[in-house]
Amino acid sequence: MRSIDELSPPPAFPLWAKSHSTAALDEADRVATICNSCRYCEGLCAVFPAMETRTIFAAGDLNYLANLCHGCGACYDDCQFSPPHEFAVNVPKTFETLRAESYQAYAWPRAFAPAFERNGLVISLVAAASVAVFVLGFVGLGDPAVLFTTQTGAGAFYRLMPHEAMVALFGAAFLYAIIAIAMGLRSFWRDSGGSGVDIAASLKALRDAGTLRYLDGGGAGCDISGKATPDRRRLYHHFTSYGFLLCLASTSVATLYHYLLGREAPYPWYDLPVLLGTAGGVGLIIGPVGLLVAKWDRNPALRDAKRLGMDVAFLVMLLLTSLTGLLLLGLRATPAMGILLALHLGVVFSLFVTMPYGKFVHGLYRFAALLRFAGESRTRGS
Amino acid sequence: MVDLAKRYDVLVIGGGNAVLCAAITARRRGCSVLVLEAAPKFYRGGNTRHTRNIRVAHDGPSGLMTGAYPEEEFWADLQRVTGGETDEHLARRMIRLSKELQSWLGAQGVHFQAPLQGSIGLDRTNAFFLGGGRAMLNALYRTALGLGVEALYDAEVVNLVVDGNRFVSAIVETATGRFAVEATSLVAAAGGFEANLEWLKQYWGDKADNFIIRGTPYNRGRVLRILLDNGIEPVGDPTQCHAVALDVRAPRFDGGIITRLDSIVYGIVVNRDSQRFYDEDEDMWPKRYAIWGRLIAAEPGQIAFSIHDARMEGRFIPPPFPAIKADTIPELAVKLGLDGAALAATVAAFNEAVRPGTFDTTKLDDCRTEGLELPKTHWATPLDRPPFSAYPLRPGITFTYLGTRVDDRGRILMAGGAPSANMFAAGEIMAGNILGKGYLAGIGMTIGGVSGRVAGEGAAAHAFN
Repeated sequence: MRSIDELSPPPAFPLWAKSHSTAALDEADRVATICNSCRYCEGLCAVFPAMETRTIFAAGDLNYLANLCHGCGACYDDCQFSPPHEFAVNVPKTFETLRAESYQAYAWPRAFAPAFERNGLVISLVAAASVAVFVLGFVGLGDPAVLFTTQTGAGAFYRLMPHEAMVALFGAAFLYAIIAIAMGLRSFWRDSGGSGVDIAASLKALRDAGTLRYLDGGGAGCDISGKATPDRRRLYHHFTSYGFLLCLASTSVATLYHYLLGREAPYPWYDLPVLLGTAGGVGLIIGPVGLLVAKWDRNPALRDAKRLGMDVAFLVMLLLTSLTGLLLLGLRATPAMGILLALHLGVVFSLFVTMPYGKFVHGLYRFAALLRFAGESRTRGS
Repeated sequence: MVDLAKRYDVLVIGGGNAVLCAAITARRRGCSVLVLEAAPKFYRGGNTRHTRNIRVAHDGPSGLMTGAYPEEEFWADLQRVTGGETDEHLARRMIRLSKELQSWLGAQGVHFQAPLQGSIGLDRTNAFFLGGGRAMLNALYRTALGLGVEALYDAEVVNLVVDGNRFVSAIVETATGRFAVEATSLVAAAGGFEANLEWLKQYWGDKADNFIIRGTPYNRGRVLRILLDNGIEPVGDPTQCHAVALDVRAPRFDGGIITRLDSIVYGIVVNRDSQRFYDEDEDMWPKRYAIWGRLIAAEPGQIAFSIHDARMEGRFIPPPFPAIKADTIPELAVKLGLDGAALAATVAAFNEAVRPGTFDTTKLDDCRTEGLELPKTHWATPLDRPPFSAYPLRPGITFTYLGTRVDDRGRILMAGGAPSANMFAAGEIMAGNILGKGYLAGIGMTIGGVSGRVAGEGAAAHAFN
């Protein structure tokens, strides 16, 4: 037996391993490992049960968990190890950072991935350029007698820009957005180990996404500490996403009208495309404004300031889409219609082409993550 | 702003579950209530911030709890873990009152959830807080402050002015100075002295230098010390504390639950001389946790190493820090700072002694050793499949047992047994009345919740007389 004095203190054992390619992944791994040894937050949302099925976190796992996280914030207030604790566990912020990094990592084509670096600036520039091109195009190519005078009746818009040109341009932009997003989603799905899905899992994921089930801290609310006003992000997000879908429906109905019924825009106020578009447009004003205010009201500790530009740019683009759309509706029987149409089309065009390179993708990655979670839960039998 | 010059009906010292149950109860009776918490806001609530559930009796499925947990069964469990070191009258009363505790807490804004994965066997007896103890605390603070309870953080009570058996005022130190706060009733709910290393050293000597404290550094027992110095009747063994095995890498304070190791039964535990020192599988969870802290405290250097092989990988809740791994036992020994030959000899002797059996952690299985002076009686499998993994262990102190004796109205008893006129106690500072030794999962919160409400009622009743 050796005496106490003969022995050196135990060696310094390693704390947390750093094995990933980025600092955000390493931090997410560290946080997930701590969470996994605690599990108190298991009832708050899908993220923690999903964590608990793993003991080792590959990059794909962490990207999946980050996108499964709705950023609600409940776990930060509930966590006994959040800052200033030396463990400094900050799940919402860690995953917000990693989510943005994952959008960039999966962006297609790779050449456009840097668009996420200074996303607010990129989106603003694209939007400004797009609006300018439409305005200048209308002014330069169009007949000034048409552009600055009142145009009414069927086909009024197309006197400013031929329908075929509009369809070709926006169809191409939309198609590009869909392809680029689909390619990104495919990489994400593969990387996160996702496999086949069944109908039940799809329905569950649709329901969870459609109701934002996990944006309420498991029933106790989220990000509520020290707040005078309740957290209404779920409501505003519903206004935003359903508003967006109504606008999309409006456009789809109008397209059907055009090609199937031979009825040309603009349509009277009581017609379906206008009703859908108006309702959607109002939602896309209330929602983004509410979310912008909530963003400012959010506990600063939960925010990744570097990612704020991306969030704000997307909300502002949605807001501009609805504002210009509603203005166009209100003033379409005046000489302002021409310029407003150019504005609206410019905003919508830039919204489409930047979709794969901005916050828009969060909805699809989130849905993919929910779909995977639904599949996993079924396999686990819970 | 809190006005320390004002005279309060009820002064509550502390910041955890018992404090808030007392403060909310007294406030709902119409009292003006001041809470003085020594810790900063983030660390408020003492050990409550690390809890996750509460044990409550119920006669049928209740909330998210399954089955029934009758009062008699709760009482039998308590007798078993304390070995009879409990005040039957107070304990039975607490168990009876625990039946309404969950719904009362729910009414104060506390949310509950289904039992956590890995918390086997507690789904019938314990209600789990949604988001854990800090979420529960946050909810209670929100409710208390909303009702008009006033609270100060970073406000340490450094003395009490006591006249005979009557509380007069508390001397509190805050960032802005030292104040005497007067109140008609006092509720002392400031916990034990588990974070007070100097106090622990009185009983443990220099060994305490190697103790890790699981809760905040603010559980210093200052109020308990002041009460003892003012002639209250103590309860509980001052030398004893609840201690588990923690990873040596745990922070000195406030590592909470996550640094505990579940790996012990899946292998062997050796001291720094590479020798086993206790049957790793003497008892089932959760009792096995509570013996290892004290066992390691008795070993040289207060350090031990839990070692298992590859076949046990992934069978227990993964701890936050990585295992120290090596492909051979001697290499592992070097990484652990142990003697390679000695550890290899210990493992070889152990492997030699393992008898075949059917490994099953859901029961005390038949995998055991034969012929060892120190047997492993269950779950013994040879350590022969590399890589080998180890976790270094230290004693982790959860709470101390010393407290103040109380009566069934929560009044502090003075030396000799007469109740104080206006001093009440709740929570860990009086838990020794009920829990003389041992532990039952979630009972600390039961004691805190019930005694808090009782003390709050008593303090309010006194304030109105």
